[in-house]
Amino acid sequence: MFLDSAIIESIPRFFTPVLLAAIGSALCERAAVFNIALEGMMLVGAFAAVVGCVYTGSWMGGIGFAIVAGAAFGLIFSFFGVQRGGDDIIVSIGLNVLAIGLTAFLLRALFGVQGQFEDPRIVEIPKVNLGPVADIPFIGDLLSGQSILVWFAVLMVFATHFFLNNHYYGLRIRAAGQNASALRSVGVSPERVKTVALVACGILCALGGAQLSISNVTLFTEGMSAGRGWIALVIVMMCSARLPWILPTAILFGLVDAMGFRMQGLGLPQQLTEALPYLLAIVVLIIAFRRKSIRQQALGQSES
Amino acid sequence: MIRSRYASIIAPLAIIFLGVMILLAIPQTRPVVEGFLNGAFGGRNHFNLFSTLARFSILLGMAMSVLVSFRAGLLNIGGEGQLVLGGLTAALVGVYLPGPPLYVSVVALLAAMTAGASWAVLAGLLDRVAKVPLLIGSLLLNYPASYLASYFVSHPFRDVASGATQTHRIMTEARLPRFPGTILDYGILLIGATAILVIALEKTSVFGYRVRMQGYSYGFARTSGFPTGALYYRTLIISGMIAGMTGYTAVFGLNQRYIDGMLTIPLYTWTAIAAVLLAAIIPLITPVTAFFFAMLATGAVGMERSADIPREIGQIVQAVIVLYLAGVGGKMLSGGTKEDH
Repeated sequence: MFLDSAIIESIPRFFTPVLLAAIGSALCERAAVFNIALEGMMLVGAFAAVVGCVYTGSWMGGIGFAIVAGAAFGLIFSFFGVQRGGDDIIVSIGLNVLAIGLTAFLLRALFGVQGQFEDPRIVEIPKVNLGPVADIPFIGDLLSGQSILVWFAVLMVFATHFFLNNHYYGLRIRAAGQNASALRSVGVSPERVKTVALVACGILCALGGAQLSISNVTLFTEGMSAGRGWIALVIVMMCSARLPWILPTAILFGLVDAMGFRMQGLGLPQQLTEALPYLLAIVVLIIAFRRKSIRQQALGQSES
Repeated sequence: MIRSRYASIIAPLAIIFLGVMILLAIPQTRPVVEGFLNGAFGGRNHFNLFSTLARFSILLGMAMSVLVSFRAGLLNIGGEGQLVLGGLTAALVGVYLPGPPLYVSVVALLAAMTAGASWAVLAGLLDRVAKVPLLIGSLLLNYPASYLASYFVSHPFRDVASGATQTHRIMTEARLPRFPGTILDYGILLIGATAILVIALEKTSVFGYRVRMQGYSYGFARTSGFPTGALYYRTLIISGMIAGMTGYTAVFGLNQRYIDGMLTIPLYTWTAIAAVLLAAIIPLITPVTAFFFAMLATGAVGMERSADIPREIGQIVQAVIVLYLAGVGGKMLSGGTKEDH
């Protein structure tokens, strides 16, 4: 009863930001960087995209600014967390607070507003129209009329999977995570590899933020990432950073988001439907970690 | 090693001191510093000093909550949810429970502490029973808690007449009294006493010793026959209780009602975590760093008034401090938890 064309059409909008952040997080996870600053990276991305749109007058400027901002956050993480050997958790806490403070500060310094910023100069990312496909029921709603970033996100899942398994640099990222000294022994700096993973993660998260602020809507509100970075982290933990699993899990969360949005229309309060993804996240984690711990126990028994 | 650690503390302090001196020396930037000091300590009848202290009170409470769990090596970063639920529960008791004021006040305090503690224990159960890491579990539980509170104050328990998303005012006689002539309420005494208790017990009691040992080395605590399971939950309960109590003082003291976002928007919990980290998880130093961050926030408000610099600069400075700390502090948190799992 819930699945009508409007819901199906909105699913990609909901899962894309989370999916992009999850791909980035998976890269970090594979490189053994415990990056929980996804939330902050998404927030600066969302803000930078709006700034880029306003100052360049085109959506490409928005994307460009988001990429630069995300990469900058990745580099900051790398400087304190990887080069200086800081605690990943503390660096992440710092970056998340920095993102909240910096976006609120710049919102007032650049545009003189507080809380929310709307402007006609914020241009939407163009949508891909698939022509005849749009007329097919359900599939047409799902596939046609989605933003470029939706397609980019889905393609990135496969590209990153291929990259991690086949490309030499992907192998280096995994080596940095599994055995950094082995990597060092063949003359590759694990620090540099981790930095690359972090910068890529920053860019992907920031693009996820851009999808929020210049595609789903065309405005910026303070704290607009609203915990999506944590959902992305949960997805990656649940899938043990295996990319083929990340796509369906992200779609599941997108579906829950879309259903929640629909239930608001049916009169359920917004605050309760917005809590749905977090409840799902907790349930999903319970299942995932239980399975993992049972497997570990079984392993331990067979060894002894 | 020790020397370099001192250098990493003294060097930034010297640079900051020098920077402030330069700012004071240049006539154009002088009002900025004055605005900051005025915002943190000045005002008519030292009004701003008391708002700094009011903020310090909440930060100290949360810092103690964070400290207790971090000291035991438990990464409970779900203080926000525990704080929010404590505040909400206190407000509901304060508005709807009939009875003598003292009774209402005490019941509200106990209910708030219970609410905070149960939310913390829930995160603990997720960790211990379902094997979801405490860091993630406690954090994820923040969101349902704040959405729930947000729902309660915007629908069933909303003071519709006021127009804002907030509960009704609590029973007036039950509120925490204020120091005469100030906006500061007696909540700071409650929190202060708790802080002293935490700091003293951490050093002197058997429980404090065990908690500390468990934080330093889980394996050692376990091999020594400490009841690590009971310790784990007890630590979380204490941590959650302090968070709930802090929510109670914020509702019964400062605002006398629960306003949507009043405990989350100022980033109290994250600031408290920053304060505990800046104090290197040393109990005696934590109040100092908590006061420092309270001063930073109210001083930034003063700077906004005098020099038109958005007050969020305070959060940015705070974030930079945390990042610097991470750079010099090494693996302060994850080092201790490695053996845990």
